[in-house]
Amino acid sequence: MKIKDRTVFALLSHGVMIVVTIMAVLPFLLVFLSSITEENTLVLHGYSFFPKKFSLYAYAYIVKKGGKIFRAYCVTVFVTLIGTSINVFISAMLAYPLSLKDLPGRRFWTFYVVFTLLFNGGLVPTYLLYTSVINVKNTIFALIVPNFLMHTMNVLLMRSYYSASIPSELYEAAEIDGASQFKIFGAIILPLGKPIAVTMALFSGLSYWNDWTNGLYYLTGYDGEKLFSIQNFLNKVVTDIQYLNSSQVGSSAEMLAKLPTVSVRMAIAFVAMIPILLLFPFLQKYFSKGIAMGAVKG
Amino acid sequence: MEERKRKKTFRWRKWVPIFIMMSPGLIYLLVNNYLPMFGLVIAFKKVNFQLGIWESPWAGFSNFTYLFKTPEALTITRNTLLYNAAFITVNTGLSLSFALFITEMKSKFCKKIYQSAVLLPYLMSAVIVSYIVYALLSPDKGMVNNSILKPLGKKPVSWYMEPKYWPFILLLVNAWKGVGYNCLVFIAGLSGISPGFYEAARLDGASKWQEIFYISLPCMKTSIITLVLLQIGRIFYSDFGLFYQVPMNSGALFDVTNTIDTYVYRSLLQLGNIGMASAAGFYQSIVGFGLILVCNALVRRMDKDSALF
Repeated sequence: MKIKDRTVFALLSHGVMIVVTIMAVLPFLLVFLSSITEENTLVLHGYSFFPKKFSLYAYAYIVKKGGKIFRAYCVTVFVTLIGTSINVFISAMLAYPLSLKDLPGRRFWTFYVVFTLLFNGGLVPTYLLYTSVINVKNTIFALIVPNFLMHTMNVLLMRSYYSASIPSELYEAAEIDGASQFKIFGAIILPLGKPIAVTMALFSGLSYWNDWTNGLYYLTGYDGEKLFSIQNFLNKVVTDIQYLNSSQVGSSAEMLAKLPTVSVRMAIAFVAMIPILLLFPFLQKYFSKGIAMGAVKG
Repeated sequence: MEERKRKKTFRWRKWVPIFIMMSPGLIYLLVNNYLPMFGLVIAFKKVNFQLGIWESPWAGFSNFTYLFKTPEALTITRNTLLYNAAFITVNTGLSLSFALFITEMKSKFCKKIYQSAVLLPYLMSAVIVSYIVYALLSPDKGMVNNSILKPLGKKPVSWYMEPKYWPFILLLVNAWKGVGYNCLVFIAGLSGISPGFYEAARLDGASKWQEIFYISLPCMKTSIITLVLLQIGRIFYSDFGLFYQVPMNSGALFDVTNTIDTYVYRSLLQLGNIGMASAAGFYQSIVGFGLILVCNALVRRMDKDSALF
């Protein structure tokens, strides 16, 4: 009787999880399959898991004519690398002092950091700040600086990691040997705190890679478009299509023809997912760890 | 005397570099987080860009009176609250069940596959998600209309024009994207339960269901309530990507897809109505702050380590 009960549960859980797994993964397959479906088949029969005719036209188009796409891709890579490096460094440099029990004004500084989790000014003042006081509009800083350079929650997680996992005797010994604080940071905190730094770098990298909001707010017009990240590019294609479909401009059909076709759009979307899909098996461990601790991706 | 002096200089040499080390982070928070907080006062101004924001005349509560006279004020509050309430309920329920299923499995390989699968959608951007949803729901090329409704002999649906389907679609998309995160949090909690409890229960002849209801769930009670409370604290904030990208900014759907965040964005950048945008933003910041404080106080009473402060 008892054995049967356990078997039922095991069958049920595998059954449910197999369905869930399929539902989680199939949409990505649909994106990929549409990107290698022949354009006419797509237009006639729509997106499908069983396309009648395949074609690599979309990828050939991206390689041959995708100057803008390639450019957007490079912007995303650049912003992700630079933004993530700065993020991890300044977060660690703030988290380490906060982990020191004898830091003068420790309670105040902790409150200063935590308060940003509780209260925020929201979009309007932030937008006005970054467009009028510190003007990042239509510069590469627009994609790097606002909102993503530091995540308060992640700073707090790093602080807890440092105080729990790195024995303070190590700093004290290094101090007695005459090491400067920067030396301690570079030679003890960074190497011993590598697991947490890697985890935080992943979350930060992911939030930069996936971000489209900063581009939406701060990149406008022709100058802004040159700095579009791949996500902004994808977003813009959709907005353009909607605009042309809804407008009564005579030349709209002609302009629609200039926009990427359905399969090309799906190919760009797939190309934007590739790094995440490729790195995922290797990084899954760190993601799970980070999430278990409560890390956020912004 | 001399010793005290030496001690003082020593400390000085220690703390100045430390504060230099902290300064980039502290300055970033000052600029990115604290300055906008002061900027909230523009909700009480009649902004005139020729005069500049600070020189613009005060408007008292007029921005708020205008905002709360519009029907949108009620719509966006209702949508934000109801969607979040539904999301919290559905996502917590689903992710807790999946976490129970996964932790109870024997095969390490299966565990890993399932965990990875539920996490994958969480890693995608809202833009990509909107492409996927469009592939399914596009009126002329969408998979649902072409490969499901057509063979069944049903009429195609113009999904992006029909508000009645969207609460369900958004709930589904949000679960698809968000369940993985909570699921991993719960798995971490469940694997922390001492195996001794289960062994003892098995010796006493407990069934699997009894194990779940009398061991797993009670042990997880604190972490479940904490996670839910922290989400309730953020119930006044909505996922901008979900509500802006996934419905493709379609005007026909605004009644069921407009939340405070999308309203603020549209008022500010698409309609240029800075008064309305700042009033709605102020409303969100203040109510949101109150809710977070209340929920955090509740969390602190239950589990001090999980509280934000």
